[in-house]
Amino acid sequence: MSAQILTVKMENIGNLFKAIAADQKLYLPLEQAGQVQFLPYDPADDSQKVRLDVLNTVRSAKDLFFPQSENMVAFKKQGKKIDIIENREKVEAFTVFGVRACDARSFDILDRVFLSEPVDVSYAERRARGTVVTLACNEPEETCFCETFGIDAAKPDGDITTWIADGLLWWQANTNKGVKLTDKLLSVDAGLFVDSTGEAKALEEQQEKIREIISQLPLHGLSLEYFHKEELKTIFNSPKWQELSEACIGCGTCTFVCPTCQCYDIRDYDTGNGVQRYRCWDSCMYSDFVMMAHGNPRTSQVERFRQRFMHKLVYYPANNEGIFSCVGCGRCLAKCPSSMNIVKVAKTIGGEANV
Amino acid sequence: MQNADREINKEKISVAEMAKQILEQGRADRLMGWKRGEFFYDNSPAVFENLSELDDFVYDLFCGSNLSKFLVKESRKDGKIAVLLKPCDRYSFNQLVKEHRIIKDNVLPVEIDCDGMLDIDKIRALGIKGIKKITVDGDQLQIDTVYGPKTCAREDVLLMKCLTCKDRVGGDRFELVKEIEAMSSVERYEFWRSELSKCIRCNACRNVCPACTCEKCVFDNDKSGIANKANTDSFEESLYHMIRAFHVAGRCTDCGECTRVCPQNIPLHLINRKIIKDLNEFYGEYQAGEDDFSKGPLTRFDLDDVEPDIVMERGGNK
Ligand code: SF4
Ligand code: SF4
Ligand code: SF4
Ligand code: SF4
Repeated sequence: MSAQILTVKMENIGNLFKAIAADQKLYLPLEQAGQVQFLPYDPADDSQKVRLDVLNTVRSAKDLFFPQSENMVAFKKQGKKIDIIENREKVEAFTVFGVRACDARSFDILDRVFLSEPVDVSYAERRARGTVVTLACNEPEETCFCETFGIDAAKPDGDITTWIADGLLWWQANTNKGVKLTDKLLSVDAGLFVDSTGEAKALEEQQEKIREIISQLPLHGLSLEYFHKEELKTIFNSPKWQELSEACIGCGTCTFVCPTCQCYDIRDYDTGNGVQRYRCWDSCMYSDFVMMAHGNPRTSQVERFRQRFMHKLVYYPANNEGIFSCVGCGRCLAKCPSSMNIVKVAKTIGGEANV
Repeated sequence: MQNADREINKEKISVAEMAKQILEQGRADRLMGWKRGEFFYDNSPAVFENLSELDDFVYDLFCGSNLSKFLVKESRKDGKIAVLLKPCDRYSFNQLVKEHRIIKDNVLPVEIDCDGMLDIDKIRALGIKGIKKITVDGDQLQIDTVYGPKTCAREDVLLMKCLTCKDRVGGDRFELVKEIEAMSSVERYEFWRSELSKCIRCNACRNVCPACTCEKCVFDNDKSGIANKANTDSFEESLYHMIRAFHVAGRCTDCGECTRVCPQNIPLHLINRKIIKDLNEFYGEYQAGEDDFSKGPLTRFDLDDVEPDIVMERGGNK
């Protein structure tokens, strides 16, 4: 792929956003009532506040590929007939800018679930139409532990990688999709970027700096070695789950903010003379999760709590070449009402083997 | 009548010492308190069963979580459990005892002091990142971060609930409610639309709420016909929030937990405070959880209670 490195002055970044948004939806980390979310950018609305300084949006970027709720199909009664109405949202091409390295990696984890047979059509469509532009993390937080999963915050994946250094935004396309977007931008405005290939010293220094900070973070060196399938039974039967789950209020916040949580529910909404079938995020922390005719097979919170972490640390890796279903974004560390989270679980269950 | 018996810290020993003595002297079989976290600010509610477990006990500026609701479950287990109650938490505890949700004979309530708890989210919102350590220096906090030292005023990063602590003369807790009342209906709608449309329906506000202790919430109950796990539009969340607010009306002690836990920082307490303010105006000053026996304004009938047309008299929808 192209090793070409382009730059645009930070003060002109608005032009870049406008150019991208000219013929497609562009999602940016925007402020909404004090919080930052990936929301559609509107070049005409100058009240929008782009926040490239905030590391993690509350809802992760997975929302754009696997939305919290979406219609699947509707049924309508017409006399003795039932009409089946396809009303899935039509997905147009879009770009998301400002995805962090952790969230970018979460797509690989979701892909393994949603893109393997039977392929999830909605997700596949959004993945095919969406271009991911990532942004390196100049100021990682103390809750970040992407490094544990081999993620490099100084060089995130994505169709295009960008960095902010020395008053410039540095831009490098990694995939065909990324090259296509870059070419299109250049065809619209040849002067948008300056070619800085071979003059990327400031960028390299910034990368060094990021790696240096990562090595100083409190969770640096966190190892999950203990969590492999051979230990499945021991981990499952650990007496520690009881005390760990005591603080959990079963709210599901951790699952909803997590970029790698992938469970959903399919529900029928009674529209009066028909049914709207939709799917929405679900949480293994909930009492009605995997509800069957006889009830929820996990009858207590300790079982539900254990499920979330067993899935991330043992079951998913067992089925996916040892890859964990966590990217170390730290959202669950920051957002759990009881400050219970995957790091505490890993350290407690992993015990001495895991410091 | 009077409130259930309490342990009070007469000798003014440290809370950790109190906890130790309670377990040592067998005054309770277990103790509910807070356990030290991974960092210095992420303490978790925890049950301690013996002295060695107390090694991880902590009581510091990051023990904002209210332990009362855990007792709904804990008081149904064998043996007696001691629970540490900050001044604000006592109201929730009383209210839960009043509603017979806590089996009070199985609980030893322990009253502890509090100078106000800090809110790590507010510190982060100031743009302070990579937080390693915080030292209190009078009214100021010295914050050691990966990006060098920072400072901020303690007052600016107290938990919302601590700003108008019931135990101290504080600010007017209805100040913002009054501002919202003064808005036009369009402005008010816009305010709540932008706040509530952030909601991700994680249910943290409901699950943490000491007034929400239904065995099966209507929103989780398939058979209720209104179980809703997802919003059909971004404002549909108002339904959930309004139903919840009405269901806790007259029982909400204004403990502030909903606002503390909301991952989207929605000022949920303002909805409840509006209802509290109205109840005060209609039925006279009332504080839910002030005691664990008296009837609340909505569970009592007096001949001079307001009539429904009060809505018209007050001008309704401006
Ligand atoms: S976890 Fe890593 S990639 Fe994610 S925000 Fe933190 S530093 Fe960046
Ligand atoms: S671990 Fe925390 S965020 Fe997750 S369900 Fe339990 S209390 Fe909620
Ligand atoms: S488990 Fe927690 S740290 Fe890991 S990806 Fe999910 S939210 Fe992020
Ligand atoms: S805690 Fe916040 S985001 Fe979660 S359901 Fe309540 S209001 Fe919504």
